[in-house]
Amino acid sequence: MLSIRKTKKILLTVVMLCFTGLIIYPFIWMLVSSFKPLGEIYEFPMRFISDGMSLNNYKEVLFNQSPSFLLYFKNTVITTVLSVVGTLLTSSMAGYAFAKMEFKYRDQLFLIYLITMMVPFQVLMVPQFIMFKYMGLFNTLWALILPRVFSPLSTFLMRQFFVDIPNEIIEAGRIDGAKEAGIFWRLVLPLAKPAMATIVILNFVWRWNEYEAPLIFLTDKNLFTLTVGLTKFIDEAGVAQDNLILTGAMVALIPMMVIFLIGQRYMIEGLTSGSVKG
Amino acid sequence: MASKNKKKINWTAVLFIAPNYIGFIIFILFPVLFSLFVSFTDFNIFKGFEGMSFVGFENFIRMFTDEWFLAAVKNNLLFIIGTIPILIILSMIIATILNNKVYCKNFMRALVFIPYISSVVAISVVWMKLYNPSQGQINQLLMAIGIENTPGWLGSVDWALPALMIVSIWMGLGYNTVVYMAGLQGINKALYESAQIDGANSVQMFRHITVPMLSSTTFFLMITNIIGSFQTFGTVNIMTGGGPGKATTVIAQYIYKAGFRYHEMGYAASMAWILLIGIFSITLIQWKIQKRFENNF
Repeated sequence: MLSIRKTKKILLTVVMLCFTGLIIYPFIWMLVSSFKPLGEIYEFPMRFISDGMSLNNYKEVLFNQSPSFLLYFKNTVITTVLSVVGTLLTSSMAGYAFAKMEFKYRDQLFLIYLITMMVPFQVLMVPQFIMFKYMGLFNTLWALILPRVFSPLSTFLMRQFFVDIPNEIIEAGRIDGAKEAGIFWRLVLPLAKPAMATIVILNFVWRWNEYEAPLIFLTDKNLFTLTVGLTKFIDEAGVAQDNLILTGAMVALIPMMVIFLIGQRYMIEGLTSGSVKG
Repeated sequence: MASKNKKKINWTAVLFIAPNYIGFIIFILFPVLFSLFVSFTDFNIFKGFEGMSFVGFENFIRMFTDEWFLAAVKNNLLFIIGTIPILIILSMIIATILNNKVYCKNFMRALVFIPYISSVVAISVVWMKLYNPSQGQINQLLMAIGIENTPGWLGSVDWALPALMIVSIWMGLGYNTVVYMAGLQGINKALYESAQIDGANSVQMFRHITVPMLSSTTFFLMITNIIGSFQTFGTVNIMTGGGPGKATTVIAQYIYKAGFRYHEMGYAASMAWILLIGIFSITLIQWKIQKRFENNF
């Protein structure tokens, strides 16, 4: 005999599962459609399994298009990895200095950082475009990577974390005569693993999904990332290739999903850390 | 604390900060100031600096008579009114339910969160297909339950903006829910227990404990959502391009069009600065009000 509370809990769980099912229905439909020929994707209600299912769409978008999604994929990986590694390096160093060192104008310099955190990309895109034209960075992957290596938000998050590290640990290191760089590498960074994981995963998601910057800074389709490659494909494919379009969208999504499932905890912690007074 | 003499330059700190700060000055700080300069000029990239002319406040005056810009501002405001209240209410309810009243809550939290981390391009693609007036899953469902006059969605002047709002709510739900769940962790359980002893039911507890206790989180989310809403670009640019007519044009997308389709970079920069001033003002209000919250608790 189930207690009333248990029954309530089971009922609510079923209701919520239906609701979350509705939320991810677009993804399920996209996933199922990516294995189907064009004639089957608009059936209603959708069949989860049909005879016509195959990997043909994936073969087509990954290898037979020109440029292929494999190339877009490669460009996306290059820009994402380089900018994330760069961000991690510069923001952890600067965040540490802002949190644990004393120097002239420290607070003023940091205030400038805080203010620029609010600046939307729309303000930066025109001047960056003009600068890249003159610097020779326009229409190279560097135009996507370099501006993203210096992230005020990541520096801010790292500083917040380092502030909470007890000074005694660092002082002990200094008394032992260790160099500041040694203290940072051997004492502080190992403690900062969760914060670093958060920075990596947040930046990975943002960079991987970046749309407006590649749209503006890239013209050579061989340099396109997945987002702009996909929009180009839509413009050229027309409606006769909807199954391929959905497959291309899947290719852009799958790595993100994997990363999210691995680092879900860090991602959610990082996003909520700024919202709730801790 | 470092026992450095304040008058001497702390070279270690300089070395730690320099890589970040120099890059920041080149790629962020300088462009911000440069864009302010550009906003007072007539600048076309194909003519370069030689073809540039200084026009004073002309760009700023122009935007208040530009019907496209005014339509964009109006649509942005409609967007805020149409999405944020729904988003706040829905995510607060979902967070409350997921917090302690169901099994497999982490699994469901992850599912609700997925739209938030997905590529805006991929999302726009799939919704375009779902919204297809004749073949899309949405209208086929509506027809199946007996609705004759199904909306034209993205192709119709009346339905395109609501269609984009639905996508926007769907995308934002995960983030808002997760933030509310974090906020719920901070509510003292004793409040609920004593309310239960007094015979309150779950709806009453939600109304009289959960909602008021989450007010500072709600405020934070409203501000964050408003700022995010003003920067809506990807979904609009891909799904409707701002059309049909002026039906879905929004500020961020109009700035893009002005700067990179019509090559009026001075005008684009001036509109971007107005956007920045708007965001800045909202943030200042947030700081002021948040101080009040902190003093009350």
